[in-house]
Amino acid sequence: MLRYLARKLFIYLLTFIVAVTIDWAIPRFMPGNPVDALVSRIALMPDANAALTSYFMAAFNLDQPLWQQYLNFWWALLNGDLGRSIMLFPTPVTTLIGRALPYTLGLLLPSILLSWYVGNVVGALAARRKLLDNTVLPLGYLLTATPYMWLGILLAWVLGSSLGWFPLAFGYDQSLKAEWTWKFISSLLYHWILPFASLFLVALGGWAIGMRNMIIYELESDYANYLMALGAPQRLVRKYAFRNAMLPQITGLALQLGAVVGGALVTEIVFSYPGLGWLVLSGIQNQDYFVIQGVFLFIIVGVLLANLIVDVVYVIVDPRTRVGLQGDAA
Amino acid sequence: MLAVSDLKIHYRTLAGAVKALDGVSFSVADGEIMGLAGESGCGKSTLGKALIRLEERMQYVGGQVVLDDKVLPIADDRAMNPYRFSEVSIVPQYAMSALNPTRRIGRMIDELLDARGLKGSTLRPELERRLAILGLTPDVLGMYPIELSGGMKQRVVMVLSTLLDPSLLIADEVTSALDVASQKKVAGALVEFRDRGYVKSMIVVTHDLAILAQVADSIMIMYAGKLAEKAPTRTIVEAPAHPYTRLLLGSLPEVGIRFEEQRLPGIKGRPPSLLSPPTGCRFRDRCPLAFGKCVEEPPFIEIAPGHQVACWKADAHAQG
Repeated sequence: MLRYLARKLFIYLLTFIVAVTIDWAIPRFMPGNPVDALVSRIALMPDANAALTSYFMAAFNLDQPLWQQYLNFWWALLNGDLGRSIMLFPTPVTTLIGRALPYTLGLLLPSILLSWYVGNVVGALAARRKLLDNTVLPLGYLLTATPYMWLGILLAWVLGSSLGWFPLAFGYDQSLKAEWTWKFISSLLYHWILPFASLFLVALGGWAIGMRNMIIYELESDYANYLMALGAPQRLVRKYAFRNAMLPQITGLALQLGAVVGGALVTEIVFSYPGLGWLVLSGIQNQDYFVIQGVFLFIIVGVLLANLIVDVVYVIVDPRTRVGLQGDAA
Repeated sequence: MLAVSDLKIHYRTLAGAVKALDGVSFSVADGEIMGLAGESGCGKSTLGKALIRLEERMQYVGGQVVLDDKVLPIADDRAMNPYRFSEVSIVPQYAMSALNPTRRIGRMIDELLDARGLKGSTLRPELERRLAILGLTPDVLGMYPIELSGGMKQRVVMVLSTLLDPSLLIADEVTSALDVASQKKVAGALVEFRDRGYVKSMIVVTHDLAILAQVADSIMIMYAGKLAEKAPTRTIVEAPAHPYTRLLLGSLPEVGIRFEEQRLPGIKGRPPSLLSPPTGCRFRDRCPLAFGKCVEEPPFIEIAPGHQVACWKADAHAQG
């Protein structure tokens, strides 16, 4: 068990290093230079521009050779420093992320966990009721084939723009001050519903279909047949089938995490929701290396951490993986 | 005592009903281990399953099954439930994968017993005692199925299936997947469980006549969904009356013969399709003794005490 964990941790560490390197490199592949954009916004005399540019280049350490920048980046990272934003100079990137993170987590965690849970329950029910099956299956395929932002735009158009039931943009009513009052919290929830719904619905379809198929497979397995031949009530057989069908769904959850996070970023942009997706979009538009790096770093860490948790959970719930770890039992 | 009369079970297929069991009548006495043999597709496994649980595509068409003077409601899945495990039980063909892989064996057994309204804890000592008879320690109850070898799983399933002392046990191809040494052990265990009274009577479904010669008191031979012959094991081996039984025995290897020099005789031809079986004796196309009368269906009649045959020439043969 410990050896298994150590091996897993090693693999995750390698993945982390590679991912962070790519994360560092990608913004620097973009054409142009963030400082030029910053300076042109200030719009001074041409010779003052040149002085300012060289000042900012030095301030952000962008005048150093690339390898030096790369080492600087790791050094700062290990000290918990993600640098300062260029577009919102001199706010530290950690502050910006800290501000956006609650919105993204508030969208992601409920939509991932709820869609997984509800999808599994609906799928399991569909596996044994013909009528439900006939509606769940086509609907599930439709939902799971829908791109996140497309469903987001559709919801915004129908429920927001046409019917006017929900707001179209922002995390809360912009006329309110951010404070812990009921008015503000209800405004938060009100603005949260549509982006949440579009993430939740798309993921729901996939889980429901997966679970339905797995349950049908498990109910036809040998152990289910044996139990039924020994007169076990349906309740017990289905309990076992549900539990065993859950195992591939846990793996599926780990595989899906990355896609859901990507979907959340796009959905936030659709709804101008002030989370990490929104932040990274403005970062890209302003060539803000440090914001882009910081946000992606958070996503990398988040996805890796979630995968690690799933790995550990899987070992706990499936005895077969445990035996496999110890080598063949005599 | 089991009495089956005129049992008919069909399989629903796209091409129509496959008449896998077409009017089968026989009985198994208390204490009797009856071997049930025949080629693949003759209906022997269908018969075994029909007595405990019909699969979804199996359709009850007619006939009656009486066990200890009670009619078994084999066509009604729900009504059959109280009889399963306690009156009729099965050691399935797939014993290696019959246990839930994600539950410890002891816990699975407890949950099954609890679900049947019995207390798992009160039966625990008896369970451990019976495991010990088959050479298993109580430790296996704390293990997952994957931690056991195939033979161990098979023995656990045998103990579990017979735990409630059923009147009838169906052992479906229990030796097929085992090596010869394990086959012998399993065969011995079947006899032992009968001798100890854990099981009153037993039907051992197999295509392996050699195993039946070791364990069975009587052997019933099926052909194409019908019964061909039933007799005490000795009679079947030494003086079979049905030409099919004789050809079947003739196609078995014998000790001391080198088969490089002598080809093992098989039975020419193949069994008829059970979608639209021919009238009359179903074996007549492959039978060396077939004559005019075989276009009529031969009745399954007793030619000697405990010896029943469905063949027009059986009488003459048994004497000659």
